[in-house]
Order: sequence, then C-alpha cells, then structure tokens
Amino acid sequence: MGSVGAKEVPVLLTADGRRIDGRRLDELRPIRIQAGALHQADGSAFVEWGANKVMAAVYGPREVHPRHLQQNNKAVIQCRYNMAAFSVDERKRPGLDRRSQEISKVIGEAFESVVFAEEFPRTSIDVYIEVLQANAGTRCAGVVAASVALADAGIPMVDLLPSVAVGKIGGAIALDLKKEEDNFGEADLPMALVPQSGRLVLLQMEGHMTEAELAQALDLGVKGCRSIHETMKQALRDRYSVAPLAGGSA
Amino acid sequence: MSRGNRPGRRRRGREASAPPSAGERILVLPGEELPVRDLRPGHGTYRTGGKVYASILGLLSARPPFVQVIPLSGRYIPRPNDVVIGTVTDVQTTFWLLDIGAPRWAPLHMTGTPWKVDVGETGRFLRVGDSVVVQVENLDATGRIGVTMVGEGLGKLDGGSIIHISPARVPRVVGRSGSMIQTITRLTGAQVAVGQNGRVWIGGSPEAIHRVSEVLRTIEENGQRPGLTERIESYLLTTMPTGEQGPEPLPAETAHRDAPGARPASTDDDEEGDLADEADDAAGPGEPGDH
Repeated sequence: MGSVGAKEVPVLLTADGRRIDGRRLDELRPIRIQAGALHQADGSAFVEWGANKVMAAVYGPREVHPRHLQQNNKAVIQCRYNMAAFSVDERKRPGLDRRSQEISKVIGEAFESVVFAEEFPRTSIDVYIEVLQANAGTRCAGVVAASVALADAGIPMVDLLPSVAVGKIGGAIALDLKKEEDNFGEADLPMALVPQSGRLVLLQMEGHMTEAELAQALDLGVKGCRSIHETMKQALRDRYSVAPLAGGSA
Repeated sequence: MSRGNRPGRRRRGREASAPPSAGERILVLPGEELPVRDLRPGHGTYRTGGKVYASILGLLSARPPFVQVIPLSGRYIPRPNDVVIGTVTDVQTTFWLLDIGAPRWAPLHMTGTPWKVDVGETGRFLRVGDSVVVQVENLDATGRIGVTMVGEGLGKLDGGSIIHISPARVPRVVGRSGSMIQTITRLTGAQVAVGQNGRVWIGGSPEAIHRVSEVLRTIEENGQRPGLTERIESYLLTTMPTGEQGPEPLPAETAHRDAPGARPASTDDDEEGDLADEADDAAGPGEPGDH
C-alpha cells in the first residue's frame, strides 16, 4: 500500500520539531520487551519496538556444530539474524543474503565483546534473531532481544547490551528512526552500548554527517541506549521477580 | 544466604509488609554493581576498576569471604558427586556420550559401568536414545565431564518418561529433605527419580505419569512462591482420580528409585538446598486461603 506514492519525499520534520509520527527528535518509539517467550530455548525474548517485532532465542553453551568451529579456550558465539519473508511489504526472498550475513556478523562480534566466553571452552552459544515484522532499526531490536535472551539463558556477561539507531532527517539529528525516516533521511547510525563501561561495541553508519553531527548523534544514541537499558532490566525483573508474599498468588 | 538471613526470614513470616532487610532475596542482573564491602568476587560475578559486578542473572548471596550470584536459569553446570539423568547421544568403541543438559556431552567409559563390556561391544549395552542415571565424578578445566554408573541407585532406566525442568528448580521439586518428592510419589503412585540436572524420570501408569508431569510444570512456574509443598499436596488430593483410592506404591521400589534425587537433597550441603529450605520455611503459618 505504501508504494503508491513512494517517489514523493514526505515531510520528515515539521517546523515545530515534530516528526512524522509526532515524536520529538530525542524520543524513542514505544518499546515492550518480554523475557522468556519461548519454552524450548535456554533463553529467549520477544521485542516489540514501534512496528518492529523481533524474537530472539539463545541455545547453549552446548556442543559445537559444525565441529571444526570449536575453540579449545573459549565458547564460540554463533549468531544468525534472519528476516521472515512476511516481515516487509514486498515479500522478502527467504534465507541468507548479504545484508543478513553482515548483520549476523556484527551482532555476533558485539556479543563476543561482552560474554565471558572463556568460561565454557569447546562449546557454542547460539543466538537466533528472527525479525517477524520490520520497520527500520531491526538490528538494534535484534541486539536488544538477543541480549535479554542471553541473560535469560544464564550466560555470564559484562552487561546487557542496549542498542538504538540515530539518524539525520530534515537536517536534524533524530533518535530511533522509523521506516520512512530511514528511507528518506540523510543518515543512519546504529549503535550498541555497554552501560557498565560506556563502550560502544557496535557502530555502523550509512549516509553522511558532519563531525559535529556525529558527536551529537553519538551523545543522543548513548542516552537512548541508557533508557532502553532500563526497559531491558525491567523485563528481566518481571520474569524473575521473587513473588511478593502479599497477594497475587494465582 | 544461609545464616545471615534467618532473623529476616522469621520477621517476614510474622509481618508480610516488613521493610526489606538484609535477609531479603535480591535479584541482580548482569552488569549490576553489587553493594558489597570487603568481599571477594565469587561465582557469577566479576571485578573491574575496584568494583564488583554481577555477570549473570540470579539471587545475590553474600557469604563471607565471597559474594556470589546464584543462578535462576541456564543450563546445568555439573558439580562432582551430582547424580544426574542422561540420554545416550553417541556410541563409540570404548565409551558412550551422554547428554546431561550440561554445556558439553559427558563421556561414560565402559569401565565406569557395572557390566563387563568388551571393546567394540558398547552398542549391545546402551544405544542412542537410552537413558541412564549416572554420577558426576570429575571435571577438568576444559569443561570435560567424567561420569560413572557404578554406585547405588545408578544404572539404566527402563520404561517411564523423562521430563525436563530447569536445574534451578531441582531443590524445589525435591523439597526439604525430600518432602515434595515424597508428597508427589505418595499421592500419585508414580515412581520418580530427580537428577540434579533437571531431568526427572517418572515411572508408573500413564495417568500417574501425566499427573506428575503436570505437578512438575506447576512447580517450575511457581518455583519462588512459598508454601508450594502444601499447595501441591492439596492439588493432588482434590484431583485424586475417583474410584481408586490412592494407589500405594511398592515401598521398596519407590525408595530405590528415589535414591538419586533424595540423597543430594537430604545432605543439604549447599546454598541451593538452603534456598529450598528458606522458601519452605517462609511459607510458615501466614498463608490462609491460598489454594
């Protein structure tokens, strides 16, 4: 449906600083995280973020398949990011493509820098990220879901890994782009933050920004990540809360 | 988590709205700084920049000189002398590989069995898919798990079904000194063997197996709630199949089958047993109309 007038560039930013969906420049889309959404997996999470719906499942540490990937001093982290055929308007050709391979790689490497993999030599920690519905920022939603799933799976790590994209729309730096902003905007900068140390372990950029804009974008992204971090922690607390003695024991 | 919180526990039993004391169970998440002074980082923690942080999700436990995090989820992490239930995943000429739910498969060597096995004859004794009760003997730094099948209550499991529960819930399924497991076997007539790795073998009639697996699911979902044993008991009593009045299991056989689970629980030597204890105690008197 959205492809009818696709050539026309929509107004991404109004004069009074409102975005296409009414958000301010530094506002996130609504985000909802459910930890432990799947039964079979060792850990799992479901994330609804704006119109994104992403499921993540973690298996392991377990025996490595294929065997030759096994490392004798640490666990290997195998990450697979995949978009469902029905996740976008036009049917996406199912299976691995260059984009999902790249995203799988950068997400896997981001987790390698926070997971204490040396505690489980010769094993594999398998992270599966399935995008069920996509509306820009799915790799960030994937990182958030996978990170909650890893915690749910009891995997030791430095910290949770909140992630968000910052972009440039209508000449201004904006947090958490949605689809139209991503398609017609000038730049997109996804990142993932280790809150404990303040380090960024995932950072990519598409489009153009000046140095000053980049600095501003990083600053805004880190703030966004810290806000998402709180949501992630709350999701895990909700799942594992020690039941209060009073009430609600249905 | 053991001595320090006894007063807190008693207070909670009396007055539910008491403010959180040092004895409260605190949930921590990876990356959270742990509020501890002069304690050394133990399991589930790491230290950087002079501060101690949690590395896993779990319950905070400060037991001098260590602070550690007791996991609430995750795969089974083997410890020596644990009795576990495993499934054969591979047969080699001198050993079998067992899936015990741990990060790695555990080799069971043919000399670690009560049988006289010749080289190359392993497949005649255990095949892929068979289930066994084994004991963890040793662990090495590479994560290799040595298990044995020689010992009381160990051996091959025939018939019945196996249910997987979270290893963190095993203390609740066993109950204090095996109270929960005894309740379940008494009221269902099933035979139950609980492995420390969260695999539960259930033997008996199909109805009994079904009832036990339902109870196990309830325990898994309500693991942290107090008064669980009583609730399970009343649930089983009210859903007792009509007609047959509580089929009593053969005592001798039940005792034999209970051995794997009951033994580690009754020794009560670690924080997990303690957790089960604590939760059971907390149930206390003040919980009317819960069922």
